[in-house]
Amino acid sequence: MSDPLLSVRNLSVSYPGRTGITHALKEASFDLGRERLGIVGESGSGKSTMGRAILGLIPRPGIVSAERMDFMGSSLIGNSDRDWQRLRGRRISMIMQDPKYSLNPVKRIGDQIAETCRLHLGSSRKDAEKRALSMLEAVQIRNPDTVFTLYPHQLSGGMGQRVMIAMMLVAEPDLLIADEPTSALDVTVQNEVLRILDRLVRERGMGLLFISHNLTVVSSFCDRVLIMYGGRILEQCAARDLADAKHPYTRALIAAAPSLDHPKSELATLVRDPEWLK
Amino acid sequence: MTVSLAEWLMDDRPASRRQAVLGNLYRGMRAIIANPAALAGLIIILLLVAVAIFAPVLALGRSPFAQDLAQRLAAPSAVHWLGTDELGRDIYARTLYGARVTLTIVFLVSIIVAPIGLAVGTLAGYLGGWVDRVLMRITDVFLAFPRLVLALAFAAALGPGIENAVIAISLTAWPPYARIARAETITIAGSDFIQVVVLQGASTLRILFRHVVPLCLSSVIVRLTLDMAGIILTAAGLGFLGLGAQPPTPEWGAMVSAGREVILDQWWVATIPGIAIFIVSLGFNLLGDGLRDVFDPKAER
Amino acid sequence: MIDIADLSVTFGSGNRVVHAVRGVSLSVEEGESFGIVGESGSGKSTVLKAIAGLVPNSNTHLTVQGRPASGKRTKADRRLMQFVFQDPYASLHPRQTVDEALREPLAIHGLDDPENRIAQALSEVGLGVEHRFRYPHQLSGGQRQRVAIARALILRPPVLLLDEPTSALDVSVQAEILNLISRLKQANRLTIILVSHDLGVVAHLCNRIAIMQFGKLVEVVSAADLRSGNVTSDYTRALIEASRGFVRAVD
Repeated sequence: MSDPLLSVRNLSVSYPGRTGITHALKEASFDLGRERLGIVGESGSGKSTMGRAILGLIPRPGIVSAERMDFMGSSLIGNSDRDWQRLRGRRISMIMQDPKYSLNPVKRIGDQIAETCRLHLGSSRKDAEKRALSMLEAVQIRNPDTVFTLYPHQLSGGMGQRVMIAMMLVAEPDLLIADEPTSALDVTVQNEVLRILDRLVRERGMGLLFISHNLTVVSSFCDRVLIMYGGRILEQCAARDLADAKHPYTRALIAAAPSLDHPKSELATLVRDPEWLK
Repeated sequence: MTVSLAEWLMDDRPASRRQAVLGNLYRGMRAIIANPAALAGLIIILLLVAVAIFAPVLALGRSPFAQDLAQRLAAPSAVHWLGTDELGRDIYARTLYGARVTLTIVFLVSIIVAPIGLAVGTLAGYLGGWVDRVLMRITDVFLAFPRLVLALAFAAALGPGIENAVIAISLTAWPPYARIARAETITIAGSDFIQVVVLQGASTLRILFRHVVPLCLSSVIVRLTLDMAGIILTAAGLGFLGLGAQPPTPEWGAMVSAGREVILDQWWVATIPGIAIFIVSLGFNLLGDGLRDVFDPKAER
Repeated sequence: MIDIADLSVTFGSGNRVVHAVRGVSLSVEEGESFGIVGESGSGKSTVLKAIAGLVPNSNTHLTVQGRPASGKRTKADRRLMQFVFQDPYASLHPRQTVDEALREPLAIHGLDDPENRIAQALSEVGLGVEHRFRYPHQLSGGQRQRVAIARALILRPPVLLLDEPTSALDVSVQAEILNLISRLKQANRLTIILVSHDLGVVAHLCNRIAIMQFGKLVEVVSAADLRSGNVTSDYTRALIEASRGFVRAVD
């Protein structure tokens, strides 16, 4: 792999509070190429904070600091609001857990996708609509012409998430951040959505940051995995080696999940070691 | 080991139900105090209560009823700090004693309006069906009339007097509370924790009083506090029209009414009780806003 | 222990009738752990709620311990089974302490010695005295779910109904709660009916498992058969396949 798409060194996010500063993310460093990188952790591990920090979406009074945060060779540190606007949606896109909150409820699906297209690519109205339609096809929506004219509340969960993906990908970003994109979906639907993401990543050579709490999904879908705990990256490994992870936390997390293939009489419980947060 | 009272109240692991309840109250209190506007409102209301209680002391021997026709409509002076009215009564003393009348109205209206509104609203919201329809139509009928006009009609029918004025106001003021309580109840009734009590075998009355009403109470209290200014003004309006407190009761609205004829020459007669009404209304409004912030469930972690 | 014959549940009326459950028949033995799995809209939770008597529109023959339990439930009926809800944030009254939440069922049924019963119920679910007078917002999700379980078991019901009890929790907390449930089941000889979308969870806790789709019962299999894939319907097979994770396309 040549130059990484995204290179992050010592990224920290902290929130000043009444009782002192809370570190939501502490000194995270990683590189992302044109690959699927999974970020796994439980609630409060800082995995969502990481996604937001990369998009410059940390709300006030949160403080973001980093030694390096380079996206395709240019630094994201000190970006102005205008710089961010140029990046977001165009070069870096984000898919949230629940499409219900991310789609405008009073606008038709097709118009929303076409608008994104016109905004970021400056294409004409006709062109934008054509692109929107072909994008709906690309996310394997069976009758794109009909879906084009629907409103968000008329879609099922899986359909809504596909529309979100279509909308985020229509501007052909280089990096896609997906924050629990399949957690609200049924397992069978979840795999269809993953298959679409998988194809798009491979065909377009896009980088994907896949944030999830689900070890099974991440280990089967991603190329590499970061394991996060308490705002820190505990370890990084290839997804297929996750079963042989070294860190006691990762091992405990795997042991705690009930598995269909390996029956356990009692599930292992996690004993949290303060050493992990050194 | 000794702990300070504040530490005991803020303890994360209370050892008794009393400590938990007091701790919760204390947190609410701190939240109100931390909010300058709410604190100002609270202070005004506490002052009103203090004035009502200590009116005889604060009046320094002046009587609110003693007439001195030689001194009628006297300007503020060392003897009559805030002047006298058309019968030569001391306005300072009358304003102080007026706090008692206002507080009585506030108290009586609260204990009539809140229970009626809560009962009608929670019953309608929880039982639904025809109970809901009947109760809400009745509520709509009351809501359809302009409040002051309806209160006027009631007051006229019941006969003038402060108690009748309170009843008239209460009869017109409860419908919005029933609406609020009903809306809250419908949300609460669908929640898991109410289903849990149903599954435990609790009776409908028990569910309503022990589980639903306590949750509606906070929004009713907030609304009541915010409405209190309007209620005081309605009472003053009724007094002004001669349907509220009867002479010689020192009611602020009646006092303003009496000073109306001489407002250009003897401004103090109408202005002083007017200022009192204004300050107390402001106090209730500020406190109501503060309470809304404190009770707001979204602010709870 | 529990027999359901031909359970159907509809919501709405007229043209907008939704058949949430269509003709489901089940029987659960005493002391058994019975699981119901399915995806959203399969009607699995509705079946559980119908057993608990929370669904008004159910038209069925339901017997619990041989006695019919359709129609209006008495207090005694209620003591036969208790329910644990999915969302620990919604199932506790926000203005009641843990102590009050546990006292309420005792008061409803007029049971004696609430102090000791509450203390015992808390220690059974692994909560200390320091949690007893806390409000829900002072507890974590796992602790809240423990309180919900303690509240369900304080009436000593023979049957415990669990509706996705761990799906709102982190994996590590889920493990603690699942261990707790199986320990309490052993200690109190409970009959358990567990509803979940997670095949792993159901197979871990239950011996027999019903698979539901579109309001209908697809099949009932043993946990061992579910693990080994020894099932008859294609849907069950697809469900097992999907829950094993993503299968990459070969290029």
